[in-house]
Amino acid sequence: MEDQVVVYRKRRGTEAVLMLFSVLICVAAYILIHLDMDNEIPQQWPWALGIGLGLAVIVHVIVRVRLPYADPLILPLVFLLNGLGVAMIHRLDLGTNPVMHSAELQLVWTGIAVAVFVLVLVFLPDYEVLNRFPYLLFLLGMFLLLMPMLPGIGQEKFGARIWIGVTIGGSTYSFQPAELAKIVLVIAFAAYLVEKKDVLAAAGTKVLGIEIPRVRDLGPILLMWLASLAVLVFQKDLGTSLLFFGLFVMMLYVATGQAGYPILGVFLFAGGAYAGYLFFGHVQARVDAWLNPFKDFDTNYQVIVGQFGMAYGGATGTGWGLGRPNMTPLAKTDFIVAAFGEELGVAGLAAIILIYAILVARGLRAALGIQEPFGKLLAAGLSFVFAIQVFTIIGGVTRLLPLTGLTTPFLSQGGSSLVANWAMTAILLVVTHYARRPMQVRSRQRVRSLAMDETQQIPRAAL
Amino acid sequence: MNRPIRSVSVVAMLLFAALLINVSANYMLVWDSYEDSPYNRRVLDARFSAPRGPILVGNAEIASTKKVKDSYGYLRYYPEGDEEYPTAKIYAPVTGYYSYLYGASGLELTQSAQLTGEDSSQFLDWIVRKLSGKQEEGSIVETTLNDKAQKAAWKALDGRKGAVVAIDTKTGAIRALVSSPSYDPNELDTHDFDASQKAWAKLNSDVDKPMNNRATREVYQPGSTFKLITAAAALENGIVKDGDSEVESGSYTLPTSSVVFSGNCGGDKITLTQALVTSCNPAFGRLGVEVGAEKLVEQAAKFGFGTEPLSEISSVASKFPAKADPPQTAMSAIGEFEVAATPLQMAMVAAAIQNGGEVMKPYLVQRISTQDLRDTYVAKPQSMGQALTPANAQTLRDAMVAVVEEGTGTAARIKGYEVGGKTGTATVSESRHPYAWFVSFVSEENLAVCAFLEDAGVGTTETTGGRLAAPIAKAVMQAMIKENP
Repeated sequence: MEDQVVVYRKRRGTEAVLMLFSVLICVAAYILIHLDMDNEIPQQWPWALGIGLGLAVIVHVIVRVRLPYADPLILPLVFLLNGLGVAMIHRLDLGTNPVMHSAELQLVWTGIAVAVFVLVLVFLPDYEVLNRFPYLLFLLGMFLLLMPMLPGIGQEKFGARIWIGVTIGGSTYSFQPAELAKIVLVIAFAAYLVEKKDVLAAAGTKVLGIEIPRVRDLGPILLMWLASLAVLVFQKDLGTSLLFFGLFVMMLYVATGQAGYPILGVFLFAGGAYAGYLFFGHVQARVDAWLNPFKDFDTNYQVIVGQFGMAYGGATGTGWGLGRPNMTPLAKTDFIVAAFGEELGVAGLAAIILIYAILVARGLRAALGIQEPFGKLLAAGLSFVFAIQVFTIIGGVTRLLPLTGLTTPFLSQGGSSLVANWAMTAILLVVTHYARRPMQVRSRQRVRSLAMDETQQIPRAAL
Repeated sequence: MNRPIRSVSVVAMLLFAALLINVSANYMLVWDSYEDSPYNRRVLDARFSAPRGPILVGNAEIASTKKVKDSYGYLRYYPEGDEEYPTAKIYAPVTGYYSYLYGASGLELTQSAQLTGEDSSQFLDWIVRKLSGKQEEGSIVETTLNDKAQKAAWKALDGRKGAVVAIDTKTGAIRALVSSPSYDPNELDTHDFDASQKAWAKLNSDVDKPMNNRATREVYQPGSTFKLITAAAALENGIVKDGDSEVESGSYTLPTSSVVFSGNCGGDKITLTQALVTSCNPAFGRLGVEVGAEKLVEQAAKFGFGTEPLSEISSVASKFPAKADPPQTAMSAIGEFEVAATPLQMAMVAAAIQNGGEVMKPYLVQRISTQDLRDTYVAKPQSMGQALTPANAQTLRDAMVAVVEEGTGTAARIKGYEVGGKTGTATVSESRHPYAWFVSFVSEENLAVCAFLEDAGVGTTETTGGRLAAPIAKAVMQAMIKENP
């Protein structure tokens, strides 16, 4: 057997080169912004380069030490997105009068997120630990998800109640608990489904060639459906609702292989969303803003001005600092993608979408490669939740879907989102490490552990 | 579990594909239509902050762009001039304004694409500039106006309500176009939008209507100056043979009416020339009825009535009543009733008579060139057709000269030059002062000038037009004579 084992190359060198490349792109963006906006190279550019390289070295070294077989593409891509986000936020800072300093804050949050990343890598040697508390994590996840509905701390912003606010020392810090719930629920779902997958996969009746799960197995999907409807109705956010329901249905399908689940899921969600549209004014308003934004310029100002911005950018964009993305409300958060569309054009926007696509593809590749089911579910879940989130927010900004208040992973301004996404990346990297690690390493470990077992002592006298 | 993971991967990639297709489809099919949205401030602002090329009179800029330190980068402005000759006001009817809040007018409106360098004739330059990252550059628009003539007209109008138009009779090039009172377009162009708003409100509520372009956009009863057209119709239709042919000039009771045209024209039978010299109402009332309304309409149309003569700035067509009974025709024949003309139109009539009967289309833009002085447009004189035969034109030309030599237009005489003219005084109502007109030409300069005063300031007498308007026309002619001695 041993001579047939597939050994992945570690590719840490490749990763280092790509990381350097990412850092250089972002620093170049920073310099271009200043060249375009005030005609001079910013004096702080060595600092920007230094910070970028410093963070790159930290994450690279920790990955090299802890996860030598981790996927070499994921980290550079995440780094690139994060850096481009900071650059764009800085550009938007410069576009306001007086100049704001949210990019510096975002940079601090990047540092914190990297610290969390390092901590996860240090304290999570093996993702199997996560398999232990499915129900506890599920409750925690659901609590986080539904937290904004709590009176007192829940906040409604821009028509969606997906925020909670904590007042510390006179200033209010708000964040989206859904960002954290995302990770917790992926782990909880994976752990739960590993345990229950054989039961849930039991064949039910066949309708039109598709196996429909048994009625008694529909409990979990119905529960999640109701939760997602609650999010849609009470938090008024289609994106969050779609994110969690879609995630659960997809993981249920991966665990059971039953095509009946996703089909049922699509119908349930479509039905629920349609009912929401019929009965709730705010859902109708969102759909109206999506289909006929020009009917009411003042109400749909953000969507329209965002579209105008991307149209203004055209194929190649105006160039860093030369567009007017500040005109769009929430350009640094919800509409940061529109800012990229305006200044980097359709080309830049497509590049960003492709970066996300590659990121997701690498995660799903790890899900295929890893041997045991919990890892598979974890990798597939983390990747897919990412895909839905990107699809929902970019689709919303470009009017493919009704607009939602989700953040754009790594790009949007906001600490909680950044930390949560870096933590997700860390867990995903751990899984990819196990997926790509040569099998014999594991078997050798097993032998070693056998060796550590107590051995019988054979008395000399017997010889 | 790998089979469902593969399916999920396909779905995930389909989601990304949908995003890419959607963005591309938007780019190709939807986004272009946003360019013209009135809500699209990015496009509006970009246009507004483009460094527009200058508008020139001779070598002097009457509209220019300067760099300013605000979010627009460039400010359109018009050199103010001094108290005696406020250049910005003198040229406002031609340049128009270029305001963020109120859009543009005049040449700023019609030549906007050229001034910003966006016109298709400059497409190649545009591409080169885009690729080389060079600053956008607008073209230079050079007008046909003459600064001396323009200033002379302004000074002669002296703040009174009125207009002056001077045309090169051979080409149709407009040498002077002044409307008084005027406004300062800088007040509307300012990036201080509050001030702009206030100025706009003030200008619009001003009873003197300083933003009305009296030269091209307002029509007034032309009074006796219209007799030139009636005379032309009579000659063209063979009712009168030439200037020496006699016409009846005794008191004339209009057909089926009790209105009487009377006046001492120097006998009951006088020559056509004499009738013009004395501006004889009974004679032209009769001629009008004899020619008939239909032929009068035709003749007026040949001079340009009924069409918008000048597209380069906003202008309106002059009117002659399409249906008129005989008494109304008689009234129309002396420029009363529903006849209404712009000063520009009446200048065109004088120009055609001096030019052997050929009406030249008036124009204001002489040349458009890029910043590196390559011409992208040079005006070519265009004929609007023959309004009357050269012989008949000569008859009227001689008659107009006689008007200045010995008739109502003596105030316009210039020693050593062949000056022709026709006065006009139109009584709009009993309660207000009449309009004063003078249409004229100076042959040596091939220049036709129409001077118009909206409020003569005195009661109606036949000499009013000659006394008040003729000196204005003369001042402009003299300015041009001094230009080209």
